[in-house]
Amino acid sequence: MSGAVSDVVMRAQSVSKVYGGTHALRGVDFEVRAGRVIALLGENGAGKSTLMKILAGVEQPTTGRLELDGHPVRFESPSDAVSQGVAIIHQELNLCPNLSVADNIFMGRERGRAGIVDYAEQRELARALFERLEEPIDPRRPVGELRLGQQQLVEIARALSEDARVLVMDEPTSALSAAEVQVLFRVIRDLTAHGVAVVYISHHLDECLEIADDAVVLRDGAVVASAPMRDVDLSWIVENMVGRDQSDLYAPMAFAPGDPLLELRDVVVADPENAGRLAVRGVSLTVHEGEVVGLYGLMGAGRTELLEALAGRNQVVSGDIRLAGTSMTGLSIAERIRRGLALVPEDRQRDGLVQALSVGRNLSLAALGGFLKGLVLNRQSETAAVRQMMSAVRVKAAGPDAEIGSLSGGNQQKVVVGKVLMTSPRVIVLDEPTRGIDVGAKADIFALMAQQAKEGRGVLFATSEVEEVLHAADRIVVLSRGRVAGEFDPRTTTREDIMAASGESLDGRTTSGGDRA
Amino acid sequence: MSTTAKERTDVESDRSARISERKRGLGEFLLDQRAFVALIVLIIVFSLLSDNFLDPSNLVTMTRHVAYNAILALGMLLVITTAGIDLSIGSTVGLSGVVAGLLLQGWELSLFDTTAYPAVWVVVVISLAVGMAVGALNGILITRFNVAPFIATLGTMYIARGAALLISDGATFPRLQGDPELGNTGFSFLGTGRPLGIPTAIWIMVLFAILIGLLMTRTRFGRWVYATGGNERAADLAGVPVRKVKMRVYMISGVCAAMAGLIIASELTSAAPQTGQTFELNAIAAVVIGGASLAGGRGTVKGALIGAFVIGFLSDGLVMVGVSSFWQMVIKGLVIVLAVMLDRGQERLKEARAAAAAAQSLRKDLEAGPTPTKRPIEPRHHEK
Repeated sequence: MSGAVSDVVMRAQSVSKVYGGTHALRGVDFEVRAGRVIALLGENGAGKSTLMKILAGVEQPTTGRLELDGHPVRFESPSDAVSQGVAIIHQELNLCPNLSVADNIFMGRERGRAGIVDYAEQRELARALFERLEEPIDPRRPVGELRLGQQQLVEIARALSEDARVLVMDEPTSALSAAEVQVLFRVIRDLTAHGVAVVYISHHLDECLEIADDAVVLRDGAVVASAPMRDVDLSWIVENMVGRDQSDLYAPMAFAPGDPLLELRDVVVADPENAGRLAVRGVSLTVHEGEVVGLYGLMGAGRTELLEALAGRNQVVSGDIRLAGTSMTGLSIAERIRRGLALVPEDRQRDGLVQALSVGRNLSLAALGGFLKGLVLNRQSETAAVRQMMSAVRVKAAGPDAEIGSLSGGNQQKVVVGKVLMTSPRVIVLDEPTRGIDVGAKADIFALMAQQAKEGRGVLFATSEVEEVLHAADRIVVLSRGRVAGEFDPRTTTREDIMAASGESLDGRTTSGGDRA
Repeated sequence: MSTTAKERTDVESDRSARISERKRGLGEFLLDQRAFVALIVLIIVFSLLSDNFLDPSNLVTMTRHVAYNAILALGMLLVITTAGIDLSIGSTVGLSGVVAGLLLQGWELSLFDTTAYPAVWVVVVISLAVGMAVGALNGILITRFNVAPFIATLGTMYIARGAALLISDGATFPRLQGDPELGNTGFSFLGTGRPLGIPTAIWIMVLFAILIGLLMTRTRFGRWVYATGGNERAADLAGVPVRKVKMRVYMISGVCAAMAGLIIASELTSAAPQTGQTFELNAIAAVVIGGASLAGGRGTVKGALIGAFVIGFLSDGLVMVGVSSFWQMVIKGLVIVLAVMLDRGQERLKEARAAAAAAQSLRKDLEAGPTPTKRPIEPRHHEK
């Protein structure tokens, strides 16, 4: 064997995967080399996740084979893959909320002898892992109490604890702040320096450009392009992924604000998951008719807590929320929806969709009252409205009866947005609407937001991505540690300004406001 | 200023943690330990209403009554923690008793034209094995054929009851004390023996509680039980043998039920096929009163035991005080519903306390003067 071949740790040879009648992968060849980060790029449905699952033993290929160190292998299960040195960080969080952080990290691989768990050792190892990730999470805390971002760090810590030679990362940063992403990147560089091969998937193409050594682009289940990362740029990636230019990615701005619609005055919100702490410490802001307001902040800035308080899910300790002049204090979630305030939640799997219901039933769920004829639902008008909404939000699905689970992440998100729009809201509040969805769907979601604003509604969306607020918002409000740290006009602001106001400096370190001033 | 934001947040959270610590009053402690508190309240109320409730011999008698319910609850706890349910245990109680009765009365082996009289320990082992087999059947239905636990165990509930009736032909096996000439005496020890002055049934309950307690808290298997109930998919992906875990918990539950059946048959020195009807509901009630969640992932041995004691002492106490059996049922039902309501209430109280503590810490922040805020950053133009 020549030297060039020997550093290939893992290889997939003409791997295909068929689900039912659809080809998720068609004869993919894929090489993973020691000490290098390979970015796997492609839109949702391109087959990235399927390939990942095959590499990590979650799924078995229909045809083709895997090789590890030049020998054919077959992984019967994820733990089988781990035992042979291949670990995966899943896109969806796979944690037990009732168990502690340490228990989750060592789940299925508990430390100890003769079936007796050595909890002290597990805690120590977990603590060391979080030191490496620069996030001091107490290993004894139940995972259910952690923020989404911290839960993702637990997933990452688990994968690190497996000491894999091949580490597959499927959207490892979807809930992380920019600072945490930089920490992760340092960890990745450290791993590759020790000869670990990393397969990296992310919708954040800038992340891929930064961390990866090689790029492979999948489209419709086949590899369409591959190149060393230093030879490619963003437009090369996007063109290969979607076959169109990036300039139409974000919606054009149409900003003609009218009267104030949603007014927040000195809103204080308790942290629902940590007794005795405040998530939001006195936020005032206004959303006008026809305006898209982007709420930017790092993890822990209080974005989600603020938005959930608006929707009536979190308790407001003090302050006032007014919709078109009337106070919303004390109103139930249903009452708020009826008055025209609707939330698209952050975690669409958990909070946004009923998996057992079809696309159509999910869409009409929050607006069923409108289809009532006496006590009976008028199916015809329901179906008509659902079809209309499906085309309005551009859901790609077989029809209203399609299963929710059969849709890609981006299309599921469009269903959640469509469901909210069916309640004919006056203000639409979206929490991380583009989390984990592909560029095409992102563009559709932003176009939808702009369209809603154009029709006179108010839109408030939260994001942890600077590019998104810069491109999709008419006005940017930056949150930092529960307070408004600044308001910006996207046409006259730079990425640096926004990041600085959020308490995030460009080298990725979080610094206090005092340092910066 | 040299402190980083992270350090400052820690200091802050320390302070608010201290505040919330102080706010944590007696009320919350009582709510947290509500099952235990309920038990104490029961004991106090009944000891006031009845002179001999606190009599040591009465306490021992009541605890003996609790014992088999507690053993059933321990098995049920394992099942419920995996987000399952086992409705078959009441029938298994009857079946194991009848199997023991059959063996002690003499097992006619027509093939050899003899009647076998196995030793008592053999009878016990076979009866427990029968319980385990019912559990294994549950496990197979649930893990191999993906039948929902409620339905699978509802089915085996009827099957096991029917089997008990078939074996005994609907009759009761009387006089199980055995015959010295046949060498099968001693079965009554389980129900009426008193090593060190304490009934055997109580010893068995303690033994089962310790074993299952260690299993749940110290072993890998125990972690897997909690993981399976907490998030089955996550457990599966992490390499936890979820099917095996479920299989095992139903088998353990079956063994617990068979043990309870043996204790009851031994106590009565007779085995009736109807024994154990609705016992599964008592076990579920005990587990739920003890703070377990039917959604899985949550529950402790201590809680299940206390729950069994609450139900047992409540029943016996009401009898001693002379409450009619109709009212007994109403009161038992109210206690179960109240337990679950308190569980929900505790969640809400926690949230309310968190909010109150947070508001207080904010007021303190404000009193301490304005916090250093950022210098407003002057907007610059895009460089491009």
